[in-house]
Amino acid sequence: MSEGRTLAGVVGLCDDAESLLCAAEAVRAAGYREWDCHTPYPVHGLDQAMGLKNSPIPAICLSAGFAGVGAALLMQWWMSAVDYPVRIGGKPLFSWPAFVPIAFELFVLFSALAIVCSVLVFCRLGRWHSPLHDSDVMRLVTSDRFAVVLCSKDRLFAEREAAALLARAGCGEVRPLYEHEEEDGSLI
Amino acid sequence: MFAVICALQFPLVHTGRPWLAYWLLPLPNANGIWVNFRSPLLWDVFAVSTYGTVSFLFWYTGLLPDLATVRDRARHGLRRALYGILSLGWTGSNRAWSHYEKAYLLFAGLSTPLVLSVHSVVSFDFATSVIPGWHTTIFPPYFVAGAIFSGFAMVATLIVIMRKFFRLEHVVTEDHLDVMNRIVIATSLMVGYAYATEVFIAWYSGAAYERYAFLNRAFGPYAWAYWTMVVCNVVVPQLLWLRRVRRSVLLLYPIVILINVGMWFERFVIVVTSLHRDYLPSSWDMFSPTWVDVSLFAGSVGLFLTLMLLFVRFLPAVSLAETKAILPGSQPPARRAGGGHV
Repeated sequence: MSEGRTLAGVVGLCDDAESLLCAAEAVRAAGYREWDCHTPYPVHGLDQAMGLKNSPIPAICLSAGFAGVGAALLMQWWMSAVDYPVRIGGKPLFSWPAFVPIAFELFVLFSALAIVCSVLVFCRLGRWHSPLHDSDVMRLVTSDRFAVVLCSKDRLFAEREAAALLARAGCGEVRPLYEHEEEDGSLI
Repeated sequence: MFAVICALQFPLVHTGRPWLAYWLLPLPNANGIWVNFRSPLLWDVFAVSTYGTVSFLFWYTGLLPDLATVRDRARHGLRRALYGILSLGWTGSNRAWSHYEKAYLLFAGLSTPLVLSVHSVVSFDFATSVIPGWHTTIFPPYFVAGAIFSGFAMVATLIVIMRKFFRLEHVVTEDHLDVMNRIVIATSLMVGYAYATEVFIAWYSGAAYERYAFLNRAFGPYAWAYWTMVVCNVVVPQLLWLRRVRRSVLLLYPIVILINVGMWFERFVIVVTSLHRDYLPSSWDMFSPTWVDVSLFAGSVGLFLTLMLLFVRFLPAVSLAETKAILPGSQPPARRAGGGHV
């Protein structure tokens, strides 16, 4: 069946979110580490079922925001009180209330950029090819099906056991996933 | 976001020499001078550019999962490749969803105060000047309320057409129109309150120039513009108190169109009536738009509609993933206490 192609993993497909949740709990209980669920939309409770930790993005976002405030205040102080001091209306050179709007804007700008960079890194975006992308499974999980993928890199992985685990966990359909799978004919 | 692109043209034209617009930024230069950080005009440079950038990032981040869906449904190779590149290789992985949802929530949280700040800062451009009718402390909340008011009216204007053409009546339901119209009526009251406060303070302050500016608005040569604004923004929206009007496309559509007109007149009243008669009667004049003014306005409408139509043609106008996630039966029933998901 494998025709000499390298196995990348095993995919179990579910038809609804509830069976996916059960399957995810079973896989987690079996001790797998290199695995993931693929869904068309965020499924409530799946993070707990998979045992995922809280995302560090909020902390990163907040730190970047305060870095933005710092950068804004430093820039405005240096430019208008040190490098090119101009006394306007007898006010102090570092008249901080005037510098609040830009500090706020840079808080938002830096946080937003930090969020986007974190999303790119943590969601592993910018990788256009993977065994999953090249398979039919991708088309199903961005539409209306749910998949549990056990990666062959996992130390517990063995094709038969993995497939049996997924079938036992309630996946209606279990498929092998190969590296560089042939593209199907629908691509014109 | 398309409106921001349109709006950005105007300050650019206003700089007089748009090819030197980068002088607005605090960049090192041969003269060794820096921009004036105490000026609201410079705050505006930061506010508008941040607003534009964050709106774009928020919009694009929101599109990622849907771009992946479109990629996988595209039949044509080129389309598939283009949407594939744009979707950045989204796989619907739950490890990604987990981070993505947090990120999206944070974006929404950041955008809310950003909207307040951008409209406040725009209003500072007026409020910190000395022109009667502009120099008022009510401007920031007044502009924010006006922005939400006209924003919802404009969204209603577009969504009513879109749901008709794309048969989205089951997605954008009458309930949605109803709640949008509730926000319209609430903000209409705020805007009306701001108009009343302006007039009251003009009288109560005892400032002669301020008082004259408002008498001139209401009874001067531009009274027609002032009363158009009041009727369209405060009187007409009162019809939205009726449930039937809020839920009927035919009845609400003329109202939201009139609000768009009214909000345009609000800008006209603020800018033109304050400037055409300021302190010195020798500088009094009537405003007559040149063909350049008119074509700039027409051009901005055209640009907005073009971008909007391109968007609904090539990208999903309604979030697919979000709609799927709230369909009945799409989420597993809560099995244990505290098993919810934020």
